[in-house]
Amino acid sequence: MPQSTSELPLQLIDSVVIRFAGDSGDGMQITGSQFTHTAALFGNDLATFPDFPAEIRAPAGTQPGVSGFQIRFASSDIHTPGDAPDVLVAMNPAALAVNIKDLKPGGIVIVNTGQFGDSDLAKARLTSNPLKDHSLDAYRVIEIDINKRVIEALAGSTLSPKEVQRCKNFYTLGLMYWLYNRDMEPTLKWLAEKFAKEPAMVEANQKALRAGFNAGDIQELFQGRFEVPKCDVLPPGTYRNIMGNQALSMGLVAGAELAGLKIFIGSYPITPASPILESLAGYKQFGVLSMQAEDEIAAVCAAIGGSYAGHLGVTSTSGPGLALKQEGIGLAIAIELPLVIVNVQRGGPSTGLPTKTEQADLLQAIFGRNSEAWLPVIACATPSDSFDCAVEACRIAVQYMTPVILLSDGYIANGSEPWRLPKLEELKSFPARFRTEVENFLPYDRNADLARPWVKPGTVGLEHRVGGLEKAHLTGHISYDAENHEFMVNMRAAKVMKVRDSIPTPKVEGPARGEVLLLGWGSTYGSIWGAQEMLAEQGIEVARMHLRHVWPLPHGLDEIFARYKTVLVPEMNLGQLVRVLRGEFPQRNFVSYPKVQGLPFRVHELVAKVKSLLGR
Amino acid sequence: MPDDIVPTTTAPKPAPLDKKAYKSDQEVRWCPGCGDYSILNAVQQLLAQLGVPRHQLCFVSGIGCSSRFPYYMNTYGLHSIHGRAPAFATAIKTANPELQVWIATGDGDGLSIGGNHMLHLLRRNIDVKVLLFNNQIYGLTKGQYSPTSPPGLKTKTSPMGSVDRAVDPIRFALGCGATFIARTIDTHQKHMLAVLEAAAKHKGTAFVEIFQNCVIFNDGCFDEVIERSVRDDKTVDLIPGKPLVYGKQLDKGIKIDAAEARVVAPAEATSWDPSTRSAAAAFVLSEMAEQPGSPTPIGIFRSIQSPTFDEGMNKQVQAAVAKRGPGKLQDLIWSGDKWDVK
Repeated sequence: MPQSTSELPLQLIDSVVIRFAGDSGDGMQITGSQFTHTAALFGNDLATFPDFPAEIRAPAGTQPGVSGFQIRFASSDIHTPGDAPDVLVAMNPAALAVNIKDLKPGGIVIVNTGQFGDSDLAKARLTSNPLKDHSLDAYRVIEIDINKRVIEALAGSTLSPKEVQRCKNFYTLGLMYWLYNRDMEPTLKWLAEKFAKEPAMVEANQKALRAGFNAGDIQELFQGRFEVPKCDVLPPGTYRNIMGNQALSMGLVAGAELAGLKIFIGSYPITPASPILESLAGYKQFGVLSMQAEDEIAAVCAAIGGSYAGHLGVTSTSGPGLALKQEGIGLAIAIELPLVIVNVQRGGPSTGLPTKTEQADLLQAIFGRNSEAWLPVIACATPSDSFDCAVEACRIAVQYMTPVILLSDGYIANGSEPWRLPKLEELKSFPARFRTEVENFLPYDRNADLARPWVKPGTVGLEHRVGGLEKAHLTGHISYDAENHEFMVNMRAAKVMKVRDSIPTPKVEGPARGEVLLLGWGSTYGSIWGAQEMLAEQGIEVARMHLRHVWPLPHGLDEIFARYKTVLVPEMNLGQLVRVLRGEFPQRNFVSYPKVQGLPFRVHELVAKVKSLLGR
Repeated sequence: MPDDIVPTTTAPKPAPLDKKAYKSDQEVRWCPGCGDYSILNAVQQLLAQLGVPRHQLCFVSGIGCSSRFPYYMNTYGLHSIHGRAPAFATAIKTANPELQVWIATGDGDGLSIGGNHMLHLLRRNIDVKVLLFNNQIYGLTKGQYSPTSPPGLKTKTSPMGSVDRAVDPIRFALGCGATFIARTIDTHQKHMLAVLEAAAKHKGTAFVEIFQNCVIFNDGCFDEVIERSVRDDKTVDLIPGKPLVYGKQLDKGIKIDAAEARVVAPAEATSWDPSTRSAAAAFVLSEMAEQPGSPTPIGIFRSIQSPTFDEGMNKQVQAAVAKRGPGKLQDLIWSGDKWDVK
């Protein structure tokens, strides 16, 4: 446990939100992830929200170059990274200017005064110094010249002055560890492993970390310290911290294993989906064939080719890439092969906001292809839920011989939370069956799920042709027959609707009937849950429900919707799910609550919306 | 692994087949007199000759007249989307290396909408065979100019003549670093069979441009070169190890020096070697036909050995398994730093 000798009072608190903000080159993402790692190992519940620019290194010191990482850690079960930080760490004026409006009134702002010279203020386009103009009077400002302190701490180091300055983030992290009474050991260990080949870097960063920690004791910057106890209200089990993209990648490997298949992933790098291709490229021991294709179109076509050849085809992308893949997905629908298309949504249209979140590809996912081209769509709710959803996408694809679109978004992909590790026996297998019997083989024959047989090329006696031209029922021969076409269009749609028979009706949490049902899909899950809790604290009971399967919609929804006066649907788009719901359940009352700012919903926003609906 | 999955390696070897066995039961729907018929015929004959079992063959195509090819082969076949056959074929060969994979494509499918994919297929050197049916026109969409149409060609979309410069498929393939490049002629069955056989036996991407006549929209576009009465004098066959001589009486030769190929007496002709490190000589030959009085080269421009993508990918998987052991789901999920909640 911490080596602090401080005699300052230690105040127990339930939950803290810290936002680390600095220049893109200041290492704020590493600082945030290290704090997260330590909080996770300590046993807190947590949720993170990294927020960084699309540019790799925007000009130093400017506002567009500010990179932030927000973490909320708690001793209770939490669902979001928090509406507003309790503590803001600002490494330069730009970071302060961009983030100060989010800080809670009376919150702590820790400012690196070493980076507040006239030229720094000018780079941030500030005409007056916030440290002197009283604009920070509503906050508790802790001023510390981190630039200078790091130089002092690393006196005698062999590192260049520039390299010494790069240790600033660990000094800052050390100070935060002191303030929240955290153990430095996990980070000291991480540094030793990370820079194993550069002992000087290990030493310098470890020194900076310790110096930051000790500064808390020596410098008398704070009146007290805080402690967020372990969270022991989570369901029992073994946990690890996991990011959405990571969980999703592992879920794909697990899904393929549960189907008895190997993965062929064809992908093209795109923010924020690239880590999925990167992860799978590292899972070759699972037989994963990973291909970085020449473009999004080749990526989906290669994935389909992989499925055609007997692997489980996977392609991962973000919105603009999904647009490019749609013709290929149409072919996969026509030739009825399993395929998992992962779309990590980001702000749009066009290139839009590559590093910001949005869930505005729902209609593109359900309807975005030429003609009647139906497929199942499912959506991840949280970082750890991405594992289960990836497994579920594989199951549906294999069981129904269909492409499946799996929606994630930037908020889930880069965010993290504790994940209760599933035991192998909790994972149900769904073995793929390859047809080998020659007798009575018809390529477009169907089983009870309406799925056609899957034949691995190379199987003797089952040679046949498939393609994008309309096929005759059963034989799969080219057919331009009018009635056959209508029959096949209906058949393909019916197969997709058949998925409903294998999915549960989602559970309602809260009152079984009443004024308001908060209905969510995708990453609004945590905010909606948080809002329900906050409303309950204020004496307002509302129900909530979450859709994992967004197309086809599960059985039993109408009966649920009928029990509430209003179904309120918050979405990070202009109301896309609401359009679908109004089409399916025209007699029910849906109210859309759209938000398209590239940011997740704040709990307070949802609470205010519900209250205004109720006239309270 | 579920135990009902039968690996393809255990498949019994079927009896050798004759040409007819490769014909599917589908009615061929190309126009009467189309050059595609002779290509289909040559491929079926070659496969029978080589005795490739039908179940180990997979024909992949995009969109266009040529891309109907898979429907007429009694093998595995995938008629995909416009221009993308190389991407499908890449995955099929990589995921199922025992298959012999062929791509049927055209000048529009392979070099216009699918030009990018063709580039990457060739540079990656996937072990697949490419039949590029070049008829210098868009046939299935009824007669618009293609990327190989000569400038000035009047078509429905170029009523005053096309202003596009044409791409030469051979030079394109050379530029992409293809490991096997050849050209043949639809009406020259013997030559086509020889070239296709060399292509089939090549390990890596074998790119074969076939001069193919479209009787409806661009009839006779290659006649100046391939018409039987002039063919011997207007073409020179590139045969590895043989001197570059041509003419009905084999009375002319081609000599390549520096950056030029010129017509010489047979005795002076260069002995053709398509396997040199540098592709310069092949490039010089590919441009030769544009000089007045020079023949059009057909035959094998390039044939070199290079590692294939599909083998490389599979070797990496084997190496990872050898090094880390076969992946276990338990280890995957239960990795990283963990803590317990009781």
